[in-house]
Amino acid sequence: MTMKNPFMLIATAISAAFFCVLVGILFFTFKDEPRNSRFSTDFTLVNDKGEPVDQSIFKGNPSLVYFGYTHCPEVCPTTLFEVAGYLNQLGEEGAPIKSYLFTVDPERDTPEIMKGYVTAFSDRITGVTGTPEEMKRVIAGWRAFAEKVPNKSGGYSMSHTMDLFLIGADGRLKGLIPYGADQDDAIEKIRSRLL
Amino acid sequence: MFIRNIATYAVLGSLIAFGSAQAHEFKLGEIEIGHPYSRAMLPMAKVGGGYFKITNNGPADRLVRITSDRAGSVELHEMKMNGAVMQMRELEAGIAIPANTTVELKPGGYHLMFMDVPQPFKEGEMIKATLVFEKAGSVDVEFAVGPVAADKSKDAHAEHGK
Repeated sequence: MTMKNPFMLIATAISAAFFCVLVGILFFTFKDEPRNSRFSTDFTLVNDKGEPVDQSIFKGNPSLVYFGYTHCPEVCPTTLFEVAGYLNQLGEEGAPIKSYLFTVDPERDTPEIMKGYVTAFSDRITGVTGTPEEMKRVIAGWRAFAEKVPNKSGGYSMSHTMDLFLIGADGRLKGLIPYGADQDDAIEKIRSRLL
Repeated sequence: MFIRNIATYAVLGSLIAFGSAQAHEFKLGEIEIGHPYSRAMLPMAKVGGGYFKITNNGPADRLVRITSDRAGSVELHEMKMNGAVMQMRELEAGIAIPANTTVELKPGGYHLMFMDVPQPFKEGEMIKATLVFEKAGSVDVEFAVGPVAADKSKDAHAEHGK
């Protein structure tokens, strides 16, 4: 293509640059963090009262979901205390939010153990456990990670995702709060994404 | 952000620690064990962490084993953050303590795990344990139990002087 008109060349360059910026913005907006990913896995688990729960748990109200376990000395208690703190600080405003601890160690975390554990943080956190197979479906469904690491004594620890999942009332992932996040930043994110 | 928080808590923690003069230490030849501490465990929790500082003024050694009457077993673990994933692994060969160095067992790094604890640790308790070194031998220590993990507001143990 020959450019007889110099303005044509400039206009082409400008629109090309504009297009690149636009694509860049779109890319960064979506790459920033997983947003709006859909959960489309069916599962059957039990809550800490032993009642059955399924995928409908993620719909109808916004929720804070954490994948942890009770044999976890540091990261899990810290995160759950923070969740209790967010709920306290949000007060009435956060009333629609439900929060769940899905155990990545369902073999050891029975409903009774989960109940005693989560209640120590807040009466607004519900523990969810069940069979390892069903729990794997939930973990994979949210693209979280959990893996058993055996010890020489025959026991094991779990490696697992530390992020807190923010799930909208529509059952879609709205954002993540990383471990160690600033409380004000976290509350702001919960407000803007879930409420 | 995480680092900044840790730094803040470390500064706050050390202020409180010095203020209340809770630091304690144990000696085994050229090895000093600075302020062993643990944290109150939650109801139904079966494990607790243990942290301390090892200052070695002598030749290279290795922390190989820990025992405690309060736990079924005590393991040496390393925690690592790999992106958003927390990774735990057992240090089967123990922890190397090179000559004339300080090695710290702390949250987010090397630590002890008290496993199968029948009676959860309570804040204010002292937990007796024995540390066994490959060369220096064994030493009895006491872990001071502080507040539960997340209660950073009154965490006197984030950082501690010897």
